[in-house]
Amino acid sequence: MSFTRPRIAALAAIGAVALTLTACATGAGDPAPTASAEAEPVTGGNLTFAISVDSQCIDPQQVGNNDAIAIARQTVASLTIQDPENGEILPWLATDFEVNDDATSFTFTLQDGPSYADGEPIDAASVKTNFEAIQALGAKATLGSSYLADLESIDVVDDQTVTINFSEPNAQFLQATSTFTLGLLSPASAAVSQADRCLGDFVGSGPFSVQSYTPNEGAVLERREGYEWGPSTAAHTDEAYLDTITYKVVPESGNRTGSLQSGQIDATTGIATADAVLFEGDDFWSLNRANPGSVYNLYANQSTKKLADENVRLAIQKGIDREQITSTLLGPDDVPAVSPLASSTPYFTDLSDVLEYDPEAAADLLEESGWTEGDDGIREKDGEKLSFHVTYWQSPKEVLELVQQQLRQIGVDLQLTFASIADVQAANADGTYDFSYGNLTRADPDVLRTVFSVSGTSNATKRTEPAEIDELLDEQAAIIDPTERQKVVDEAAELLITGGYSIPIYQLSTTITAASKVQGLGFEASSRLDFYDAWIAE
Amino acid sequence: MWGRYIARRIGQGVIVLWAAYTISFLILYLLPGDAATLFAGGGDQEAIDPELVAQLRSELGLDRPLYEQYLVALGKALTGDFGVSTQTGRPASDLLLESLPPTIALTAFAFVLSVVFGIVLALAASLARAQWLRNLLSSLPPLGVSIPVFWIGLLLLQAFSFRIRLFPSMGNEGFESLVLPAITIAIPSGAFIAQLLSRSLRSTLAQPYVEIVRAKGASERRVQLGHAFRNAAIPSLTMVGVLIGGLLSGAVVTETVFSRLGIGRLVVTAVNNRDVPVVQTVVVFAALVFVVANLVVDLVYPLIDRRITLARTAFVAA
Repeated sequence: MSFTRPRIAALAAIGAVALTLTACATGAGDPAPTASAEAEPVTGGNLTFAISVDSQCIDPQQVGNNDAIAIARQTVASLTIQDPENGEILPWLATDFEVNDDATSFTFTLQDGPSYADGEPIDAASVKTNFEAIQALGAKATLGSSYLADLESIDVVDDQTVTINFSEPNAQFLQATSTFTLGLLSPASAAVSQADRCLGDFVGSGPFSVQSYTPNEGAVLERREGYEWGPSTAAHTDEAYLDTITYKVVPESGNRTGSLQSGQIDATTGIATADAVLFEGDDFWSLNRANPGSVYNLYANQSTKKLADENVRLAIQKGIDREQITSTLLGPDDVPAVSPLASSTPYFTDLSDVLEYDPEAAADLLEESGWTEGDDGIREKDGEKLSFHVTYWQSPKEVLELVQQQLRQIGVDLQLTFASIADVQAANADGTYDFSYGNLTRADPDVLRTVFSVSGTSNATKRTEPAEIDELLDEQAAIIDPTERQKVVDEAAELLITGGYSIPIYQLSTTITAASKVQGLGFEASSRLDFYDAWIAE
Repeated sequence: MWGRYIARRIGQGVIVLWAAYTISFLILYLLPGDAATLFAGGGDQEAIDPELVAQLRSELGLDRPLYEQYLVALGKALTGDFGVSTQTGRPASDLLLESLPPTIALTAFAFVLSVVFGIVLALAASLARAQWLRNLLSSLPPLGVSIPVFWIGLLLLQAFSFRIRLFPSMGNEGFESLVLPAITIAIPSGAFIAQLLSRSLRSTLAQPYVEIVRAKGASERRVQLGHAFRNAAIPSLTMVGVLIGGLLSGAVVTETVFSRLGIGRLVVTAVNNRDVPVVQTVVVFAALVFVVANLVVDLVYPLIDRRITLARTAFVAA
């Protein structure tokens, strides 16, 4: 399965083909943008984009919410860029990078010339300042500080060369340098308070700069004059085309739909599945891409007696009909999970042969473990019901409701509580849950270590003893060679399924819906929005 | 007598403010989830590092005992320091002051609209000659009071913004952006006023002095507008406090539907983020508006109607 993103519309015909391919790849029927074949990108204009939530912060080094990232990503350039088509890490601000054999030391050679928006050069010392500032932010920079965990030292070799050393193997770090979180800010920004940086008081290195930001209202970004270090994955390398991007916070779904239809906004990612049909005409286009990383998963708490039994976990995994979920409840672009990893993640391999819907096998496994059907159809053992509870906030809430019905057919009772994010986090925080539910966006297979490893940041399966899977997850984190790493990642992904660690459901994806005059708006490798190539056709 | 009365009312107001502060603190504390876990996780970041959460919790002071958190916060609040927003790191009072102007503009406009709308509807229902028209007009206020605000907002958006594109669907820019949100709030509030006025008009018109006025040969219009309405309007004045409460709660929903800035949006975001200092600042502010509005009404009341003495209102209020 290959994922493409719309290249610049100078090649509009190719763009249209690419879009169609994407649509085919995801099994969808998205209309392609209706640009005329001779259309050349034009400089100028303002694009109005609606976001659904405002996380009260747009500092790239602090944010984690997708809507905030849609703003923050445009303000910074990164050391590297990840190719959205194959996940390869390519040069960006660093013309060259070297990793030592055990993935503990990373040396970057910087381009001579690029500068921060305040005129300061992007040099080795400023890279050091950036990463130290992220460490200093600590918990306020959740993503960044996890990428920089085990950081030992940063050596400024010369103006253009910087070496970053870790105390543990850290293969994911290379991909991390391509993300907005480790995007570079002018050294002056490191001295600005955390709260003021959230409000947009920072100086970036990217194609756009913050003109204004008002929490709950929105932000305006303006084109950075003199920017000419666009990444090789983009369709051009000099200044962005748009004069400004205006982001408006529109929490109400019906308002976003109506505003896009009536031309009061130009594009959004926040159209409800039910409303998607309204935008199928020639006046609009939509583009979908799976979010790379961990798919929507039910994480079984293996510290509980019932779920410590591999048979029980495998039975639940086999008792879920993923196809039925995506075909009845979700949009045409949503596809069933075929691995713990989403298909847009580098090193992804389709495991649908070991991840089958097989209710008979599920029933056999439960019988084998001594769970026999009770009077009410729910299985029992020693007077105890095979009953579990999960608290979740993710929408559409019907997904787990259907899972609940499906599991009932194999005699498993799944109790659901749909709640606010705050409630869900409180319910999961003490680790007493049966199942937690969620996904995690990251364009690197190391995301599996984050969520499944016994020593991972979240250890969502609450295991206490390291097992074979943990060895594999640690091993892949230390391999730089792509072929070698692929082998280990495949082994790990397969063991997560066959060992019943992972109970994947479906892939989260992001859909851009835009008016036909919007051109070149697409996704970066992590399925976050990239406005650099975007332009407005009049 | 005025001095003692006012001092007493202010004392009562202070108790109301303290109760609002304390109750909101307890409610937020009882809700599951705290600012630290929400900050460290939430949205797409499900990998919550317990160490980071613990660190944040101690930075925010959430690891201290409940009574200590409460007393420290209350002590500071007494000096006018409502603390720092756990979500943004900015003073909660700054956030309130920034959000205030758009909400004042919205609620003030909505207030004017609802008063006009309420009076016109009540009088029209009372003056209408045809029985069917009177029935129709009288059935509007109960309807207006019961329609959910967000539904009115979406309906108005659909008609006047998405279809005929007369007004913007979002934002705070210019008078145009104020029209639909203000009408949205004014419909239930106006209906509320109309309900009160109609009831009061009916009872006033049933009083003997109205017959005397009629007997003197005054026209029906003169009877209603010149005599009954003036007297009927006075009881409605006491409900201004309730009305302001309605306007403020209407603003919470309306600001979200129309993507407007204001204290409604501020408080929704703050509750979702368990941002205790910000919620408490807004709650205390809203309580203050309530207290002041009721005090002003009680003080103005005897000036309008000489028959009402301060002693009596003071007694009732106590």
